[in-house]
Amino acid sequence: MKKELRSPVSQRPHTAEDVNGKSGIGSEVSIELNGEKIKVALGKSILDICRENKIHIPTLCYHEDLCIAGNCRLCLVEIEGMKNLQTACSFPVTSPVKIKTFSDKVRKARKHIIDLLLSEHYGECYSCVRNNNCELQTLAREHGIDSYEFGHVCEPRFEIDNSSAAVIRDMDKCILCRRCVRTCIDLQEVGVLEAINKGYETKISTFLDLPLSDVICINCGQCINRCPTGALHANDPSDEVWKAIEDPRKHVVLQTAPSPRASIGEEFGLSPGHSMTGQLNTAARRIGFNKVFDTNFSADLTIMEEGTELLNRLKKALVDKDENVKLPQFTSCSPGWVKFIEHFYPEKLDYLSTAKSPQQMFGAVLKTFYAEESGIDPADIVTVALMPCAAKKFECNRPEMNSSGFKDVDYGLTTREMAKMIREAGLVLPELPKSGFDDPFGEATGSGLIFGSTGGVMEAALRTVYELVTGRPVPFDGLNIDVCRGMKGIKEASVKLENCKKEFSFLEGIDLKFIVAHGTANAKVVMDMLTKGELSGYHFVEIMACPGGCIGGGGQPIPTSESIRKLRAKAIYDEEGSLPVRKSHENPKIKYIYEKYFSDGPCGKLSHKLLHTGYYKRGKFIK
Amino acid sequence: MNNLFMKKDRKGPVLFSEYKPGSALLKAAGMSREDILFEIKDSGLKGRGGAGFPASVKWMLTASADSDRKFIVCNADEGEPGTFKDRVLLTEYPELVIEGMIIAGYTIGAKEGIIYLRAEYSYIKEFLENKIEEYRKNNLLGKNIASKEGVEFDIKIRLGSGAYVCGEETALIESLEGYRGEPRNKPPFPVNTGYLGCPTVVNNVETLAAVPHIINNGGEWLHKFGTDKSTGSKLFSVSGDCRYPGVYELPFGISIKDLLEISGAENTKAVQIGGASGLCFPESEFGRKLSFEDISTGGSVMIFDKSRDMLKVLKNFMEFFVEESCGQCTPCRIGNVRLLEGVKMIEKNEYTPEYIEKLKELCGTMKIASKCGLGQSSPNPFLSILENFKDEIFGKHLNLNYDEKGIKKSGITAAAHC
Repeated sequence: MKKELRSPVSQRPHTAEDVNGKSGIGSEVSIELNGEKIKVALGKSILDICRENKIHIPTLCYHEDLCIAGNCRLCLVEIEGMKNLQTACSFPVTSPVKIKTFSDKVRKARKHIIDLLLSEHYGECYSCVRNNNCELQTLAREHGIDSYEFGHVCEPRFEIDNSSAAVIRDMDKCILCRRCVRTCIDLQEVGVLEAINKGYETKISTFLDLPLSDVICINCGQCINRCPTGALHANDPSDEVWKAIEDPRKHVVLQTAPSPRASIGEEFGLSPGHSMTGQLNTAARRIGFNKVFDTNFSADLTIMEEGTELLNRLKKALVDKDENVKLPQFTSCSPGWVKFIEHFYPEKLDYLSTAKSPQQMFGAVLKTFYAEESGIDPADIVTVALMPCAAKKFECNRPEMNSSGFKDVDYGLTTREMAKMIREAGLVLPELPKSGFDDPFGEATGSGLIFGSTGGVMEAALRTVYELVTGRPVPFDGLNIDVCRGMKGIKEASVKLENCKKEFSFLEGIDLKFIVAHGTANAKVVMDMLTKGELSGYHFVEIMACPGGCIGGGGQPIPTSESIRKLRAKAIYDEEGSLPVRKSHENPKIKYIYEKYFSDGPCGKLSHKLLHTGYYKRGKFIK
Repeated sequence: MNNLFMKKDRKGPVLFSEYKPGSALLKAAGMSREDILFEIKDSGLKGRGGAGFPASVKWMLTASADSDRKFIVCNADEGEPGTFKDRVLLTEYPELVIEGMIIAGYTIGAKEGIIYLRAEYSYIKEFLENKIEEYRKNNLLGKNIASKEGVEFDIKIRLGSGAYVCGEETALIESLEGYRGEPRNKPPFPVNTGYLGCPTVVNNVETLAAVPHIINNGGEWLHKFGTDKSTGSKLFSVSGDCRYPGVYELPFGISIKDLLEISGAENTKAVQIGGASGLCFPESEFGRKLSFEDISTGGSVMIFDKSRDMLKVLKNFMEFFVEESCGQCTPCRIGNVRLLEGVKMIEKNEYTPEYIEKLKELCGTMKIASKCGLGQSSPNPFLSILENFKDEIFGKHLNLNYDEKGIKKSGITAAAHC
């Protein structure tokens, strides 16, 4: 993945290819690492070599998702014969060097660097959102820092920017590692954050130093996941949620998305990849949520709406020869992606499905259908969404998301904030008994569950669309559409539609071509293909703003890395395989709601009012 | 006004000696690339920007790098405080610089040359462009240079934007590419991965200007001037408390004392050599020699007479570094601020000797842990001025406010200055 990154030359990972020409690739070199003789592949970085040899090198600006910066200088090592210390992260081994990773010089330098960082780092650990999960704090502990050797700032120098519904910037805690800058420009290709000024005045800033709400931030929150300190964190509404829970007049319902359950265990010390679905339900009830619903239900609803919309578009294009119909249809579940396209490709909004995201659909259903069925005044229903996402906070506050007359979703909680509430309530999540979801939306399908991983929406949609069109299940072993799975940035494949049902005869013999992309840098590649006309003949595109899809969302536990994301995805796919119903259209509750409530079917009049939405042509300049 | 400023009187053994424009180019056209490299190597020419890296090694590494596109960059971002020799070369001897670039380009196989001109020298840009145009008209730039089939080279000028750090070669390249001027990680070095990822030679103006003379006279000739390891001459930008400030071309190995005499300095207390990032020498060391083996320098010589307050001199330098650090790496960005604070503490008599020692240790880390030469050399004035002028500074600034344990009489330690 690193190789694909767009980044300044200075920050690209340097390999032997850069240093010695291509001839060296594949050969080995003997080096001495702390006195031990070992053989390593030519061109490998000292940091990688040390990690393979179980030597811990402290790092701060280094992040395995990002290109090399080499600016914190903590990973310094001593190389015999060199006057200066070298950064392990950026130094490729191309000759038989002798490396010392903890010599006197090295230890002293690292300690000095931590001392210097602390001298400029405002605030105290116990009043910080990242207390106990802060990389600077950990480093200070590892290096036995017990005093402020070079003083300590006592007055804040920056105003906290809490203008954004999703991301809060507290620049007094910033240590200028620039992971956020690299995340924003290299990983996501949004480019909202950049270092400005020089010397002591250097700081991370937005365009014209505007508040984050007034720039083209897509709220993906990937910067939060990579910030080593508390300089970036999500806008936390848990106080309001507690208040609603305490209020006896309020009926507080929680919907939980698929990804948090695959990752929340990490907040309680479990290794990545443990699904906590049942325990999380119990915890939510004990905290005081009146009902706990599964967002997978509305994911199934999304599939019905989005899938039907796709079939409608195909029909208009193929049968009615309507030239105004835009294909391929792009998914609209990821609010980061939606804001990205609104800013960067406002002229392409017609390609976007009008279906609301599962979070918003559920909110709308709760304040209408559910309110009616259970006889509760929708004004008294408080809908809370547990999401792996920072952008969902922005999404639920979009002014148009109130088609029922009430705000669809009142509060969006991230996985981290939910974990905090659980801890506040004195619950130890992994030790809780399991429990199921509440009715009337109790059952959901595996299709909804896999929404959490990149390719999941596509896989779920294909299962339903294929079967609606042909009357047969998708021709993949065990319904597992493997071409949709995995962490490749952009995946594409096709399914041939044969022996279609009579009403879909216009699709007979068509190769349904689709693309799955995750991370907005990859979205940009796909959109540029669309602009160049290279996507004609494609029908459906799934895009998730975050690398790995929702399991790598900006609201997920910190840290994140590709290996962690893979484990979370595996947890989701494993759980999915064991579910009794795995196709959205076979969900009995979905059938029920279309019979009872949205009686004119998917994309009908009522569903259009409640379950679909519109978009803004935001562009890159915000007034 | 000192007449050394006037070109007609400017004399020196190498750069300021007689030169017939175009002569070296025509001679080089008749030489093979290997022959030119041999002469440059033979001459022992070292980088004149201050680091003293052998020019021939840079050239050889770039020449042997496998790439269709290579660059010669002339570093004219003369930003070191107290340096103004490149301006003289560019305005009075532009032919030397242009021809040095062409010869370098021919030797390493580069077709493109860039002069990175500091923003403050933008007034020279048009003059240089006219010069370059003359060379083009005379078929000495462009295609088939000097009627030599396939030899192609052209020069364009790019302006800096005023950051000191852009004189560092990799920051300069970042700046050329349109990014923030910040140093890169090395390795890879520009000779392999430079401007636009292509092999690039970045040479100081003065280094390039020496090339035509070496070609005309042969590598061996340069050994007539200077010392064994520092062949040739150096331009010194002399400023401060002296009667004849200006640019002098003098052979390497000249002592500080002789230089002071030539420039008419009297009552000299201290000489800062190498600009803000250089070292400050007291009278007892005026016998030392300016050469790569003793005091390596880019040529800035600042003279302070006995009326000067050395702590103020130091404060001025540290203020410069606090502002001019690129802000990228921790030791330089924050370290310089802590050093400046230390200077201010001394100024206000609010220091403890222990804390000053701690800062000196920090200097040791900055020198070996910073990303580029800026942070690696910015502790130089702090260390050398506090060491060489300790009697003056600490004699004047007694710390009566602290007891021997560093406890302020009000009960607060000096280190916890918040």
